[in-house]
Amino acid sequence: MSDKKAPEPPSSEITPETLYLRRREFIKNAGLFVGTAAVVGGAGYLLTMKRTRPMDAFVPDAGAPLPVAETQGPGPYDTDEARTPFEDVTTYNNFYEFGLDKNDPARNAHVLKTKPWTVVIDGEVHKPQTVDIEQLISWFPLEERVYRMRCVEAWSMVIPWLGFPLGELLKRVEPTSRAKYVSFTTLMDPEQMPGQKRGVLDWPYVEGLRLDEAMHPLTLMAVGLYGKTLPNQNGAPLRLVVPWKYGFKGIKSIVRISLTEQQPDTTWNLASPNEYGFYANVNPEVDHPRWSQATERRVGEYRRRPTLPFNGYAEQVASLYTGMDLRKNY
Amino acid sequence: MASPPLPWLNPAVLAGGLAPLALMALQGAQGTLGPNVIEAVLNETGLLALVFLVASLACTPLKLLFGWTWPIRIRKLVGLMAFGYALLHFLTYAVADQGLALRPILEDITKRKFIAVGFLALVLMVPLALTSTNAAVRRMGFPAWKRLHRLAYAAGALGVIHFVWRVKKDHTEPFIYGAVLALLLTIRAVEALRKRRRSPPAPRPA
Repeated sequence: MSDKKAPEPPSSEITPETLYLRRREFIKNAGLFVGTAAVVGGAGYLLTMKRTRPMDAFVPDAGAPLPVAETQGPGPYDTDEARTPFEDVTTYNNFYEFGLDKNDPARNAHVLKTKPWTVVIDGEVHKPQTVDIEQLISWFPLEERVYRMRCVEAWSMVIPWLGFPLGELLKRVEPTSRAKYVSFTTLMDPEQMPGQKRGVLDWPYVEGLRLDEAMHPLTLMAVGLYGKTLPNQNGAPLRLVVPWKYGFKGIKSIVRISLTEQQPDTTWNLASPNEYGFYANVNPEVDHPRWSQATERRVGEYRRRPTLPFNGYAEQVASLYTGMDLRKNY
Repeated sequence: MASPPLPWLNPAVLAGGLAPLALMALQGAQGTLGPNVIEAVLNETGLLALVFLVASLACTPLKLLFGWTWPIRIRKLVGLMAFGYALLHFLTYAVADQGLALRPILEDITKRKFIAVGFLALVLMVPLALTSTNAAVRRMGFPAWKRLHRLAYAAGALGVIHFVWRVKKDHTEPFIYGAVLALLLTIRAVEALRKRRRSPPAPRPA
């Protein structure tokens, strides 16, 4: 017994060893719990959530305003259905040259340089030419056209395009009597279009129309939407819009328009001929092998709606296909 | 060999496994799931189901390869989460996407192989979820239970096929899951073969 030491706390206040160890164990277990949960949750997030990252930051600034023909009210071809919001039209795109996910084009398409941009018009025409996009646009008064757009994946939008009828352009270059088809080609440049470095599709993207389809007044060469120049992810500076056909017919960032005697190759038809035909007219009766085309979801809505024959433009275009078996020519 | 108690393990896996669901709910409430919310939820839940299904099938091979015992302790929970996400995936399709319209759903399941294999994978997982309790193992006897639960591999393979057929182009991602699944199956096959060779031949009647 010594009284030199400081007085010890009474034994009743000493934490029992078991409790002391339990507290340490509790802290250790809590740490392991948090760490493990973070690893599991993080792995789940990295493996699956990349498609749903928020896109607010990627809504493009509106481009330069384009001059629209003054006299224009709603035209005979415009739909008065609710327009799909600008942010949805510009962040939900299929444009595999910039990635496979719907939001990839909005993230990646900024590297595309649309100025200067030339378009080659050749093939079965009397006046073949290579023309700068600005000059090409200056040849025609621009019209706003509010069209339904039905994707082959069974979603749809309503988009106010800005452009001119393809028929006007074709008349200007004077197709020869041998011209039966129009073929379109997208820019081929893997540096600007990184998706072309992967052999997902046969690059460059090509599309085609029958000449009478191309001359139809509904068929539009679009250079803008919502009153401004096209955002890159929507196919700047020049794209095709054929509202009664599935969206993949609307080839983007066009550098060449050729008139041909033979039916041209089309990219999705080459990639999967039993799923995507040359005509690709919107048809609720002919299912895609993997899903029904009877209904569609308008982007921003929850309930599906019935899909209309020729996407609701049957009155204007059904006569182009009189006598054709549309099940065979899908 | 008694392994140390890991009281935090299953709660942590459960919390981590439900985190993507919680995040999805949060994004849904904030309206940041993109323009096509139903498609986003369909893709998410389907992929999560496949991830957890493959993870549950990785537990035994991990034990075989490294002698770890903790994967066996979370196997049941991981498998149940795979089933939960698969069910959520199907309900998103049937209720949100198709609006419970019976005819189009039946047509999809019967006419379209891509949807048929996915549906079959879900159906195969139902008896596995129902017999996931310890009581069920005792009731059935371990050998019978084990045989039944080999269906998980069939469900995984069907899940991968469902994913391959769902993609429009570029099958890289579904093929990675297919390759992982094949690897896991190979590890088990090799182990089964070694076991058979090691075990002495059954005694014959004299």
